[in-house]
Amino acid sequence: MMPFAYSKPDSIEQAVQQAGPDARFIAGGTNLLDLMKENVERPARVIDITGLPLREVRTTANGGLQIGALVSNAELAWHLDVEARYPLLSQAILAGASPQLRNMASTGGNLLQRTRCHYFYDAAVPCNKRAPGSGCPARDGLNRQHAILGASEHCVAVHPSDMCVALAALEARVLVHGRQGEREIPFADFHRLPGATPERDNCLAEDELIVAIALPPPPFVACSHYLKLRDRASYAFALVSVAAGLVVADDNSIAGLRVALGGVAHKPWRDVGLERSMLGRPATRESYAAFADALLRDARPLAHNAFKITLAKNAIIRALTQAQAAEEHP
Amino acid sequence: MSDVPSAPNTHAIGLYINGEQHHLQVPPWLTLLDLLRDELDLVGTKKGCDHGQCGACTVLRNGRRVNACLTLAIMCDGDELTTIEGLAHGDRLHPLQQAFIAHDAFQCGYCTPGQICSAVGMAREGRARSRAQIQEAMSGNLCRCGAYSNIVAAVEEALPQMGGPRP
Ligand SMILES: Cc1cc2nc3c(=O)[nH]c(=O)nc-3n(C[C@H](O)[C@H](O)[C@H](O)COP(=O)(O)OP(=O)(O)OC[C@H]3O[C@@H](n4cnc5c(N)ncnc54)[C@H](O)[C@@H]3O)c2cc1C
Ligand code: FES
Ligand code: FES
Repeated sequence: MMPFAYSKPDSIEQAVQQAGPDARFIAGGTNLLDLMKENVERPARVIDITGLPLREVRTTANGGLQIGALVSNAELAWHLDVEARYPLLSQAILAGASPQLRNMASTGGNLLQRTRCHYFYDAAVPCNKRAPGSGCPARDGLNRQHAILGASEHCVAVHPSDMCVALAALEARVLVHGRQGEREIPFADFHRLPGATPERDNCLAEDELIVAIALPPPPFVACSHYLKLRDRASYAFALVSVAAGLVVADDNSIAGLRVALGGVAHKPWRDVGLERSMLGRPATRESYAAFADALLRDARPLAHNAFKITLAKNAIIRALTQAQAAEEHP
Repeated sequence: MSDVPSAPNTHAIGLYINGEQHHLQVPPWLTLLDLLRDELDLVGTKKGCDHGQCGACTVLRNGRRVNACLTLAIMCDGDELTTIEGLAHGDRLHPLQQAFIAHDAFQCGYCTPGQICSAVGMAREGRARSRAQIQEAMSGNLCRCGAYSNIVAAVEEALPQMGGPRP
């Protein structure tokens, strides 16, 4: 690791004042330190935010939940309110990383973890995300793990988070604090597609600190399921994952449907218009299959990842079927 | 803000390691793992991957299992740490250490300190009970020798003897 200067601000204002192009915030450190050891990140200054008062989980006036940015992944997954009212979020978090890492990793850091693309991690090779303009070896290289949706000629990396896939389905909002004050970002607008500027994973400004995540009241409780498919049963990143939520009316028609995909794009993938078009259709396997086909209709595979298209479609059908079964047999 | 503030290269921290207080001067980039092994000669904690991928470096920080390779020592100021060296009481082994011997739960032994510290953390979390739950809860610790079935058996046996809040 390259040497760096260290500071530990006592207040959010101080932390935001200290931010800058040569600095990085550190929370759990599980992603930043990993990247610093690989020389992918080389900050001159590291700002330790673990002294800030951002560790609270509380119910909001509208019946939602507000989660402080420093709440650990383990604490959040096992929080009583989260287990009872947002089981989709619990399941997604527990499907990620290892128990040790979940004890360390923070809510804010999880949103900002970088891609696990091998070329991004290898400082000796080109990568548009790491060194803008240098090229993308993944396009014609080893791209089994890479994107099938929303990629660009400049970058085919995927966002690796499990938690974020659930947050996309739950329509969370990201509360940030910068030198200009506070703002709230809808989850769908937080992460971005690579386009011509893949070095930017999200819309956060350099001086902005994530202070909390706000969840609206749960749109579905029992009727949800997180399905993660990977190369081994545990402690591996997703090849494809699905966060599915369903509301079924008394006549067995679809009264609400949300599906977010992980492992397939530069951000959790949703199509809200398509979800809406399913309302009123029968809650059956046939409807889920039609939805899956439509959601993947624009998928463009690379040389080694065409299997992800079939995998994603089948995963959607299975996740929705299991979400429905979860409601019928809680 | 491009000018780096002229910070000192080392910072004073205090750690309670295995019940003993240490006053140390550390550079910000020193990991907890390198501090334990290279500065304090607590070499029971192992370095496998140095990237959070194997669990060999697992220690307990304020009672919770963490990867020491992805932890900065400077960020542990004031914390209580337990390593494999801190689990036995004199000659009396911790129930998990005893169970690992009884079940021959290792071959080369390199992953063992991390496995044992991880299982102590797991017991305190109080979530895993069944064999399948133990397997999942121990999945952050890899064993290159593949001693997994004996490791799970040892943990399963020792689990009921590990009640109480402290390791
Ligand atoms: C071996 C391994 C396996 C893993 N497997 C999975 C997996 O299967 N699924 C999964 O989802 N994740 C996985 N992870 C990733 C893990 O979830 C992330 O590393 C973790 O969530 C990052 O959180 P952190 O607090 O440690 O972030 P840090 O490393 O502290 O920070 C990450 C980034 O976020 C910035 N940052 C942190 N907090 C804030 C804030 N409040 N405001 C603004 N910026 C901030 C930092 O500057 C840094 O750039 C794995 C990690 C490892 C090492
Ligand atoms: S050495 Fe820390 S996880 Fe491998
Ligand atoms: S006993 Fe050799 S690595 Fe586990």
